[in-house]
Amino acid sequence: MKNKIVPFLVFFFFIFIFFVFYKSLNQTNIYTPNVNLNKNIPEFEAKIFKSNESFSSKDFKLNEYYLINIWASWCAPCRLEHKYLLELNDINSLKMIGINYKDLKLNAENFLNDLGNPYDLILSDDNGKLSINWGAYGVPETFIVFNNKIVKKYTGPLNEINVQEIRKILSQ
Amino acid sequence: MLPSVIGKYSLIFGFLISFPIFYYSFIDYKKSGNLDTKIISFSFLQLLFILISFICLIISFVISDFSNETVFNNSHTTKPLFYKIAGTWGNHEGSLLLWLLVLTLFVFIFLLTSKRQTKNYRILTTIFQQIIIFGFFVFVIKTSNPFSHIFPDPNEGLGLNPILQDPALAIHPPILYLGYVGASIIFSSALSATVLNYISSSWASHIKTWTYISWIFLTLGILLGSIWAYYELGWGGFWFWDPVENVSLMPWLALTTLIHCLIVLEKRTLLKSWVIILSITTFTLSMSGTFLVRSGILNSVHTFANDPERGIFILLFLFSLIILSLVIFFFFNKNQDRNSSNFFWLSKDTSLLINNWFMMYFLSVVLIGTLYPIFLDVISSEKISVGPPFYHKLIAPFLLFFLVAMAIGPKLSWIKSKFVEKFSLISFFGISLLLSSYLVFKLNIDFLINTLLLSTAFFLFLITFKDFFINKTKNISQKISHFGFALFILSVLLNNFLSSEIVTNLKVGESYDDGKVKIYLEKVEKFKKQNYESVIGYFDITDQKNKTEKFKPELRIYNQPVIITSEADIKTNLFYDKFLVINVVQNQNYFNLRYQFKPLMSWIWISVLIISMGGLTNLLYSRNEK
Repeated sequence: MKNKIVPFLVFFFFIFIFFVFYKSLNQTNIYTPNVNLNKNIPEFEAKIFKSNESFSSKDFKLNEYYLINIWASWCAPCRLEHKYLLELNDINSLKMIGINYKDLKLNAENFLNDLGNPYDLILSDDNGKLSINWGAYGVPETFIVFNNKIVKKYTGPLNEINVQEIRKILSQ
Repeated sequence: MLPSVIGKYSLIFGFLISFPIFYYSFIDYKKSGNLDTKIISFSFLQLLFILISFICLIISFVISDFSNETVFNNSHTTKPLFYKIAGTWGNHEGSLLLWLLVLTLFVFIFLLTSKRQTKNYRILTTIFQQIIIFGFFVFVIKTSNPFSHIFPDPNEGLGLNPILQDPALAIHPPILYLGYVGASIIFSSALSATVLNYISSSWASHIKTWTYISWIFLTLGILLGSIWAYYELGWGGFWFWDPVENVSLMPWLALTTLIHCLIVLEKRTLLKSWVIILSITTFTLSMSGTFLVRSGILNSVHTFANDPERGIFILLFLFSLIILSLVIFFFFNKNQDRNSSNFFWLSKDTSLLINNWFMMYFLSVVLIGTLYPIFLDVISSEKISVGPPFYHKLIAPFLLFFLVAMAIGPKLSWIKSKFVEKFSLISFFGISLLLSSYLVFKLNIDFLINTLLLSTAFFLFLITFKDFFINKTKNISQKISHFGFALFILSVLLNNFLSSEIVTNLKVGESYDDGKVKIYLEKVEKFKKQNYESVIGYFDITDQKNKTEKFKPELRIYNQPVIITSEADIKTNLFYDKFLVINVVQNQNYFNLRYQFKPLMSWIWISVLIISMGGLTNLLYSRNEK
């Protein structure tokens, strides 16, 4: 009798461990440092991609949602998230600003021609300083700004879940 | 580009060869006679394809072929050549290819060197090994192909994480993998021996070689990782009970226990079930280690990408192997070790059994400390972290008995023993007790536990040292390893007791003085290097003997990707390390500095080397004996 219980318990034990591991896999444990959240946006002045005019942090309007997306034509994950940006572009209450990070103008234009332009405004960041000011780790990265404050930050390409989250933030 | 394409197809060909190996193995398993040489030839072919694939990946890294996604994600043109090559296995995809390479290499070597074993045992081991290889192939090709293509070609890569750009770390993964994968041979072989009821003392002496090989590599791999954490991460210690360190320690503990069990099995044909379970445990723990670290469940410097698909795959694969081995163990294992009466209380056998229980205890402590936070997070969404105090409190008291047992055990004889050298043992213990009480008293630290710990450590040290002079050649490898371990424990304890630390903020021109040590920050300079900008602080540190040394700790600001790392300045000599690391204080001219005086640091590294040397001597020595 004892001999049959032992294997059974052992199997049960391992199945239990399996489920714990399985569940923990789906739990996110990338903790975005909260330092940049609910902080004021950095002060900056940048060139607008197409017109050579300039845009500064003072041009952000109050009571309006902005999405700042740092991208580049050479960045493979940016291609992946592009369709989500296009999806978000359909929301009228969200102004989308792209920061074109260390890119060649021609490549960037081709990228947008190929995949579509989701941005209401594009800023050039030839030397990467603007993105550093925003506290970006890499490309792509996305910030949601409301009343001159960063309310949400996404490191890496956006996905379906992020898009839903953004919609939720906007509906509040 | 070309190497990438060759590598990709070579990988697929290697995968396809799994099928003929399975086919011929099954056919040959039923036949009598010698092993079909086709199996060996196909294994060689598989090895060759993986090797080509791996070389192609290295070439892609060297020529910075950014159309390859792996290269793009992990390399950069400004990277020095050495790190371009090391970058090959410094990432998820490449490291899995390395796993495969070592797996196929080992199964090939196994087939070549096991000629004296029976045919069916060799075939069955090959089949089990091929199941593992097959699983890894599917994993690599499906979820983490190192030869994925990006279009259009980016003209620059994203760079290798700078903290991984360190010589010790460049060779740490391959060495550790040799250890892990060596355990796979032990696993497959133990399973097939169980099925065929082949577990015997001759099997033990055959598999021992593999245990030693993987044990040596595992020991060295852990050592390298630890050295890297000390020099590169600037954590200022050699072991932090970080989950990632623990997952490499656990297979080591299991493997060390296995080595001791195999001795008993070889000499007395006992502990068969122990051997099987430990063989399974070692490899399962190696795999779980890979799973926990790679899937991102444990957040660490090793986490490459958080792709849930990969995690689920390894998890399923890991648990199928576990279930497979459990089924085999419960159905085929007829070796009921019901003969506990065969153990006389005072004998080498019993002392080895005691060693097993102690090791299992240490293993469970580490296992619980590592996994409990994950379990708690899943079950109650509560986040806790288990720190060094947990391990110290649970391990230290048991270490006392463990060390004493380790000093006495090897002196006992098999089956039944009498206390020999009673006088010398007791006098040695007296000497150690006096020596350590004096030290503890002098250092003014917590008396009881420290005296006991220190005296048992001294005791083991003296005994193992003395052992070199009696019966010089007998069990030389055991003597070396045990001596190394004694030295290790002693260095760790003394290092712990005698270390001191100063943490303070300074700006240029200021100095810190606490009566014992004077630290003066002379100037700060900035330099531009190939792939980073460096900020160097020039410090003068004067100690009690009025001896002034210059320290130049460095901050590196890497450009691809942007990461700041601290390079500690460490002055090492035989007796102590002086360690200075700086950090920037936000928005101020101040530097935060941490100065540590750490005695006997190099002895910790040396002693671990000695421990692994013991294993190496055994390999070389037993070869000569045959």
